[in-house]
Amino acid sequence: MKNIIVFALLLALVPLAARAQDEGVKLQAANVDVSNTASLQRGAKFFVNYCMGCHSAQYVRYNRVGQDLGLSDPQLESYLMFGGGKVTDTMMSAMPQADAVKWFGVAPPDLSLESRIRGDDWIYTYLKSFYLDPKSATGVNNTVFPRVAMPDVLWELQGTQRAVFTTVRNPDGSSYQVFDHFEQVTPGKMTPAEFDKAARDITSFLAYMGDPVKLTSLTLGLRVIGFLVVFFIIAYLLKREIWKKVH
Amino acid sequence: MSNEEPKLKRDYLDVTGGWLHGLREWIDARFPMSSTWKKHVAEYYAPKNFNFWYFFGSIALLILVNQILTGIFLAMNYQPSAAGAFASVEYIMRDVNWGWLLRYMHSVGASLFFVVVYLHMFRGVMYGSFKKPRELIWILGVLIYVALMAEAFMGYLLPWGQMSYWGANVILSLFGAIPGIGNTIETWIKGDFGVSGITLNRFFALHVVAVPLVILGLVLFHLIALHEVGSNNPDGVEIKKHKDPATGIPLDGIPFHPYYTMKDICGVIVFIAIFSAIIFFAPGMHGLFLEPSNFEPANPLKTPPDIHPLWYFGPYYAILRSIPNKDLGALALLVAIVILFFLPWLDRNPVKSIRYRGPLYRWVLVLFAVTFLVLGYIGMQLATLFWAEIGQRLSELYFLFFVAAWVYSRSRSRVFLVSTFVVVMLIISLLDWMSWVPSIAHLKMWSWLIPFGYCVIFLLWPAAMPRLMQPKPVPERVRTKARHGTQAGVTAE
Amino acid sequence: MSDEIDQSKRHFLTVATVVVGAIGVCVTAVPFVTSMNPSAKALALGGPTDIDYGKIEPGAMIKAVWRNKPVWVVQRGQAVLAELPKNDSLLRDPDSEEPQQPAYAKNGWRSIKPDLFVVVGICTHLGCSPLYVPQPGNPSVGPTWPGGFHCPCHGSLYDLAGRVFKNVPAPLNLPVPRHRYVNDKVIRIGEDPVDSHSTWTEPLVW
Repeated sequence: MKNIIVFALLLALVPLAARAQDEGVKLQAANVDVSNTASLQRGAKFFVNYCMGCHSAQYVRYNRVGQDLGLSDPQLESYLMFGGGKVTDTMMSAMPQADAVKWFGVAPPDLSLESRIRGDDWIYTYLKSFYLDPKSATGVNNTVFPRVAMPDVLWELQGTQRAVFTTVRNPDGSSYQVFDHFEQVTPGKMTPAEFDKAARDITSFLAYMGDPVKLTSLTLGLRVIGFLVVFFIIAYLLKREIWKKVH
Repeated sequence: MSNEEPKLKRDYLDVTGGWLHGLREWIDARFPMSSTWKKHVAEYYAPKNFNFWYFFGSIALLILVNQILTGIFLAMNYQPSAAGAFASVEYIMRDVNWGWLLRYMHSVGASLFFVVVYLHMFRGVMYGSFKKPRELIWILGVLIYVALMAEAFMGYLLPWGQMSYWGANVILSLFGAIPGIGNTIETWIKGDFGVSGITLNRFFALHVVAVPLVILGLVLFHLIALHEVGSNNPDGVEIKKHKDPATGIPLDGIPFHPYYTMKDICGVIVFIAIFSAIIFFAPGMHGLFLEPSNFEPANPLKTPPDIHPLWYFGPYYAILRSIPNKDLGALALLVAIVILFFLPWLDRNPVKSIRYRGPLYRWVLVLFAVTFLVLGYIGMQLATLFWAEIGQRLSELYFLFFVAAWVYSRSRSRVFLVSTFVVVMLIISLLDWMSWVPSIAHLKMWSWLIPFGYCVIFLLWPAAMPRLMQPKPVPERVRTKARHGTQAGVTAE
Repeated sequence: MSDEIDQSKRHFLTVATVVVGAIGVCVTAVPFVTSMNPSAKALALGGPTDIDYGKIEPGAMIKAVWRNKPVWVVQRGQAVLAELPKNDSLLRDPDSEEPQQPAYAKNGWRSIKPDLFVVVGICTHLGCSPLYVPQPGNPSVGPTWPGGFHCPCHGSLYDLAGRVFKNVPAPLNLPVPRHRYVNDKVIRIGEDPVDSHSTWTEPLVW
């Protein structure tokens, strides 16, 4: 009996705690557009250059990406495939999982479906929210993912920034810290606007990988519904004709 | 130009020529093909006043076919193993030609199946289709509904995502609430000490073979029982009472084919358009049909932060959660479903259709639908103290509907109504007293007003104004637009 | 009166509904039917496969799997190659007229390099994999046997260029897959030689 109450309470509190953590930082709108092929191509290039060192996209085949993003096989091989292999291969990271666990404490998650788990806004905000934190092993931390194991791989592009927190006092005298804003410490190769665009490109590519059929399902859906409208009109006229004499 | 009703059947089948006709006669001499077609379609006389609500039976049948067909093709590519299940779903979504469409048709179809079945059931309650002589149709229908819940629950484990895994864990834990043998049964169902690949494998077998066979059989019985007694209608009038003395055909009946086949085709097309819009534009329905956590493979070491079943179990999950006791919660969940079977013996009012029931009963029914929807919403929310409390009160309203349906079976005396009110409020207050927690006393007292208000309106008010329970006179024959207003021969039942 | 029934209108609408409905059903069937074709994964696995033949010894056979079928590389000595034309009168298709090989393998020895025979080891009768019986007069086949491939399932016989003998159930020569020599150690099955301009046609049976 007591166990059950504890179980129910835990069931109630776990999500509360998680939600509280999530609500700490407001997510920025990613505004991705998966129909923007140029953005997806840039995102794919960033992805293989900066993410695939550690992360895989084990369900995504290079030639499917090529087909959807308008890249020929030779283009795929020269732009996206640095480790050789075949264009029909899936996008596997070269890093062994065991080493990853040794180096970072956790295996880097597969990113094929990351956009469907976290949402585009989370990814976009996450990419932009690394800040210097001397207490962390990697030297950085992240406002939307506290105590993140991942190093800031984009620091060369973005530069480094530090987070400014404000202190909020509870009525009972205790206090807690709330993230306020970032301050640039060292400049990166990109201006903030350019970096926003790069983060958006990466997010777009992840969004595309999460649901690749989104590129075509919209037009297909409109055609299907168009057909059904025509079919309905004909069927309804016949129905009316047949029902004419029923009162 | 002729005024004669054309026989479409004759036009398009008989005229086609000698050999087809000959083939039909050859078969009919050996198998009741034409007679079955006549009995159940061409000469099945249905009331001519079916409205919008009568589409959902045929639409449910269409979805059943959709689920079976897409399910067969998904099963060709799915691997029921802990190591392969998640990857095989992604294989279907990305590598199999049109696999994404088959999968979305199946997953969206599952959710819409419940939408349609809930509307179909509500229609049955609204027009009294569960009442004599249709009690067995109703019971078979509720059995289909229960089988469908089992089918959906087991199917949801198959993608082997986080929500699949933990949802199955939570629901299977309910079997542990059975006194004495709970744990044994739980382990027996899982086939392992926790949910594992073994559980997945057996759920796959049950999901693709066993339960679908049961559902198909029940649907067949549901239809046979329906065609035995004939369809109800929005007026709740038996059309078999008034037959043409010459032909024996109900005066207010029309043959199912071509009238209702054609009408249902129109409804089905509209439904498919909605179905397609969801499949192509929002297959996950913003996390309602496909949940974000389920795109992460099952991990026995980590529970996702917001664990809840899919939306169609929401109301029952809210009822389960509203009671802070595992055994009683499971019992309430069970009773909430089982009580549906007894509806024909709870609501015994001879007036079937809501059109002619007293004004208060309409509000009872509307409130029941609203309660069910809000409970569904609460089932999807995080179990905060506030929502748990509201969930508890609405669970009380869910059960109070059945009390009201029983009370409204006939006209009741003042004493009866007042004493029912007192008994109900005593039980509710007693439950509150038993689960009293000082820290939420304020919330509890405030929310107590919800069942109190409900009982005042639906039990005390009619004691003061008996006409609120009084049914309207039921017409002798069904009303159609043409006959509306010039109603002759209206009699009270 | 609007109540009167216009038979021709009703007939037209019925036909229109049936036709449009049938089109809808047929189009809906397409995803179901095509989902059974090889998936992207099957196509990826069915891509070109490399066979290392660097260490093959005279008379030996290397077996590999390509598209879930056995592919053989057989090393044939000069003596064997000299014997091949002698079988011609006993064969169904001695000149490889049937498209059971790419154009670059349509020659007396049915291969790119005369001594290396690359073939899919599937009998054209009913799909068993024949046995490699290179010794002439091997008792398992008979005293007149010139050496070749013997299918144990239904007794079909092929010579050492995979050409089918007369009076056996198999209709066609063993299929030669498209292949090319990447270097002097590796054969790639599933790709045409870089300089070949022949268009590949699927063998009739393989």
